[in-house]
Amino acid sequence: MTPAEQGGNQSVIHDIGFRHYDGPRLGRGWAFRSLLRETVRGAYGLGRPARSKIMPWTLVALFTLPALVLVTVTIVTGSGDLPLTYTQYPIGISLLISLFVAGRAPYAVSRDLRDGVIPLYLSRPLLRRDYVAAKVAGVTIAVAAFIAIPQTVLMIGALLAKLPAWETLGKWLGGLLIAVVLAIIVSALSLTIAAFTKRRGLGVAAILATLVLAQGFSNVVIGVVGMQRSEAAGSYGALLDPYQLTDGLANAWLGVASQNPYAEPHGALGVAIFTLAYLAAVSGALAVLFGRYKKVGAA
Amino acid sequence: MVSTIRTHQLTRSFGAVTAVSQLTLDLPSGVVGLVGANGAGKSTLIKMLLGLLPPTSGSASILGFDCQTQGLQIREVVGYMPESECLPLDVTATEFLVHMARMSGLPANVARERSADTLRHVGLYEERYRPIGGYSTGMKQRVKLAQALVHDPKLVFLDEPTNGLDPAGRDDMLELIARVSGEFGISVVVTSHLLGELERISDHIVVIEGGVLSRSASMADATSDAGTLLVEVTERADEVMRRLAESGAAVEPGNAPGTFAVRVEDDAVADAVVAAAADLGIGLVRLQRRRHQLAEIFSTPSTTEEQS
Repeated sequence: MTPAEQGGNQSVIHDIGFRHYDGPRLGRGWAFRSLLRETVRGAYGLGRPARSKIMPWTLVALFTLPALVLVTVTIVTGSGDLPLTYTQYPIGISLLISLFVAGRAPYAVSRDLRDGVIPLYLSRPLLRRDYVAAKVAGVTIAVAAFIAIPQTVLMIGALLAKLPAWETLGKWLGGLLIAVVLAIIVSALSLTIAAFTKRRGLGVAAILATLVLAQGFSNVVIGVVGMQRSEAAGSYGALLDPYQLTDGLANAWLGVASQNPYAEPHGALGVAIFTLAYLAAVSGALAVLFGRYKKVGAA
Repeated sequence: MVSTIRTHQLTRSFGAVTAVSQLTLDLPSGVVGLVGANGAGKSTLIKMLLGLLPPTSGSASILGFDCQTQGLQIREVVGYMPESECLPLDVTATEFLVHMARMSGLPANVARERSADTLRHVGLYEERYRPIGGYSTGMKQRVKLAQALVHDPKLVFLDEPTNGLDPAGRDDMLELIARVSGEFGISVVVTSHLLGELERISDHIVVIEGGVLSRSASMADATSDAGTLLVEVTERADEVMRRLAESGAAVEPGNAPGTFAVRVEDDAVADAVVAAAADLGIGLVRLQRRRHQLAEIFSTPSTTEEQS
């Protein structure tokens, strides 16, 4: 049947044969954005079966619930300030962030490795490194959003509790900045670990173990060196843990109280070393990750 | 002849192993069958043509784009169906195809429309709303084909599309591939280690062995001289044969009783067969034009010579 024969505007399905497309082809930038969007959606199980939504949204609920309690207390008691800062809150319950990223990073990369999807991406107007960059950006956005949800609950609660509005918004924005800084480092590290295994379960376990052990080691170093040498020397133990490292940067850059006062950088030298350590960790992880993908999907 | 693919002395080595060696090709539009054993260099060739693997030496172009420098442009208008498993299992075919259409550069609304259309064209209907993990091999192959077609490419590479399919599934897939070229107007390069299945649908056949070009020929050339008419009658086959022979036609008895083959010089031969059958008052069971099996031409060219 030719299109002309159909006529009218009736809601009947006609087989009009294969239609060609002469419109715009949006190219590499659009492909990158599409992959980024897909990665963020995948992290929260959107467009996936219901069971894929259980884990991320349970963690969102668990991570946000204490914030609801805190703001309720603040509003009811009229205490005049939030009991925790916008950075102390997420870093204080960082285990939930670790659980989230340990589940999401393998979901973003192991699946493509296991199911062999990468050749399909490579056969599209996209470069190999665009694929990796979109995955890194996608997981980072998902993690940053995860952290930003309770921070935003805290901010709204603070406004409802009639705390000074501009000050509240300023602190909240500072919190969001740290959420992004934290999301970048934990996502980069987690994706690098996840990209080395096709087995998602193994990736989840490896990431979780790394993040939890890193925090444990970090606390031991801070404690032992802090006691035997000096508090300043001990503070460098924070460099072993992405959470305490980021917390130290929040303290240095924004002047907010940190979760662990013994892990705060001391002086300008401390701040410089913390900043450099952060940059080194992120760029090192990304170098390994991009290197890993040079081989994937090649002939 | 319009070339879709040209290669010149194309070579790719991996260390000491040469996967593709000095390949010079000039391939037309339509269906090109690329035949070779596993490891003959078919996949390596496709990866070079997609601009994903730089050749060690030589050059190649697709649709006028240079494979080494214009990979992004090539991949906008070319589709690729890999040989391997390549589908995410936990998303629906619709969700997956929309995403892949966007990855090829289609705007969001076009991606949705074309995904639905393309899945219908490859024969996936209600299943497309279920996760791919629950699909049969045949359905997965259809999704793999659909993702290669969804952005309306000018050319698709189908790497062993019949792999893992049962005989009925093979026939369906081959029929679908013939439609991609004939009905959709998309040029096809299809690989297989079986020459037999490609000869039915190909306009041009390329055989590579150990990375070296063995044959490249159009089907029209390969089979133009091979026209014979296969005839089967209900009875008195020898009498029909004698009458045809008397009128000057080359007749050869067939394997089964009541069958024989006549060389086709022009349309008069078929008429003569029908006239002879009518004259003798016998039934004509079969009157079939038979092309030579390509395998005869490619594997043992000498036999072809003898027969013609």
